[in-house]
Amino acid sequence: MSKQQNESGLSMLPGQLEPVMVGRRLFLRYAGAVTAGGALLAACKGEDNPDTIMATVDLGTGDVGILNYAYALEQLEAAFYTQVIATPFSGMTAAETQLLTDIRDHEVIHREFFKAALGTNAIGSLTPNFAGINFSDRSSVLNTAKAFEDLGVSAYNGAGNLIKDANYLLIAGKIVSVEARHAAAIRDLLSPKSGSFAGDDIVTPADGLDAASKPAAVLPTAQKFVKTPISGANLPTA
Amino acid sequence: MNLFNIIADIEQIDADASERYSFYSRRNLFKAGSRLAAAALPTLVAGSLNEAFAQSSAAVDVLKYALTLEYLEDEFYRIGLGTANLIPAADQAVFSQISKHEAAHVALLKGALGAAAPAKPTFQFPTGTFTSYQTFMATARALEDTGVAAYKGQAGALINDKAILQTALRIHSVEARHAAQVRRMMGMKGWVSDTTQTSFTQAGVNLKTLTGKSDDAIREAFDEPLTMAQVLAIAGPFIKA
Repeated sequence: MSKQQNESGLSMLPGQLEPVMVGRRLFLRYAGAVTAGGALLAACKGEDNPDTIMATVDLGTGDVGILNYAYALEQLEAAFYTQVIATPFSGMTAAETQLLTDIRDHEVIHREFFKAALGTNAIGSLTPNFAGINFSDRSSVLNTAKAFEDLGVSAYNGAGNLIKDANYLLIAGKIVSVEARHAAAIRDLLSPKSGSFAGDDIVTPADGLDAASKPAAVLPTAQKFVKTPISGANLPTA
Repeated sequence: MNLFNIIADIEQIDADASERYSFYSRRNLFKAGSRLAAAALPTLVAGSLNEAFAQSSAAVDVLKYALTLEYLEDEFYRIGLGTANLIPAADQAVFSQISKHEAAHVALLKGALGAAAPAKPTFQFPTGTFTSYQTFMATARALEDTGVAAYKGQAGALINDKAILQTALRIHSVEARHAAQVRRMMGMKGWVSDTTQTSFTQAGVNLKTLTGKSDDAIREAFDEPLTMAQVLAIAGPFIKA
């Protein structure tokens, strides 16, 4: 009786815990599969041979997580501009080639910086998904560049107060203003000598503040351009 | 560092400074020279800031410093836009947009500081600033690049004041957009390569050996900060009183 009760008690305990634990495991598997499947389907659109399902890259925790987050975004930007220069859009002027080459070099330098600074904590190389970009078309390229640069600025602005180490904060500050300079230049190529370089669509007119977005808001947008599933689930949120 | 130290620093930089702090008398609190009383002010006013921004005296000092720079930029563009035949019609939209932001930054920082906000100093601009468009643009370029470096230089001081840090970063990137636009309108690159910068190492990473990119590209890829003293050497001469 006592044993039975004991067993009953024991079976109750795992009985209560088990669904929670299984549920969490199932959720993670489910979430991973959905994310990977989504990326896979997206990849299929533009390619003859679909990739195999990729493992999710976890950006990690704390400052390392934020640096990996920045590294992921810089990987995306560097890959994009490398492609832009490798396959120039029709009618790219010499001035545009110079400007876009400069930006490519900055983004590659940023990418290599984070990779080296993170060392063994660095995430692996992400596989981009540029299926939706027409690299032969100026408008497609420049509007994508604008989106990436504005996203980068808002990402760094939103991540600044998640950084604990003042040295990393300064590094982020050194990079974000370069991204903002890029954003202004790209916007000016699209709409010369207008207010667009710091347009009302991105800088709130009432307070003159640029956008700031948390990783949870930035990553879904970035993910559309990256095949490798990225998880920021363990990043700091405050 | 606080505004009164800033003024003192400016005085050191400009040895001819005299009778230039009369704007403090409007506060009926201090006269020039009453440094002891002035030094006590930040602590006093820190308690009177509105809740959203009242975090630390370090943050208050940064906000005051920022407001002084924004006052300067705001006045500069107001005068420029109000001067006939200075800014070509084709360039008006750009400078109107910049001016709009500087005015918004002044209002934002004044609101954040509340009663602790310093009054706008009396500014002076070198001869030719508003008669030559090239001089106007060169001054705009200097003010914007300095503004970017100034905000960046204070980020570390705000690391424990998260809301203010984020606001400062959001201003910082707007100043960078302005700087890039003005630079490009002058025929310059939108990014900064200071050729006196001979170190290519960031956070212990030697980017020259790592990337093989040009010196200019490496310098451009990381915007460097300026300390308060460095900023004052640039902005100080614009402050008349």
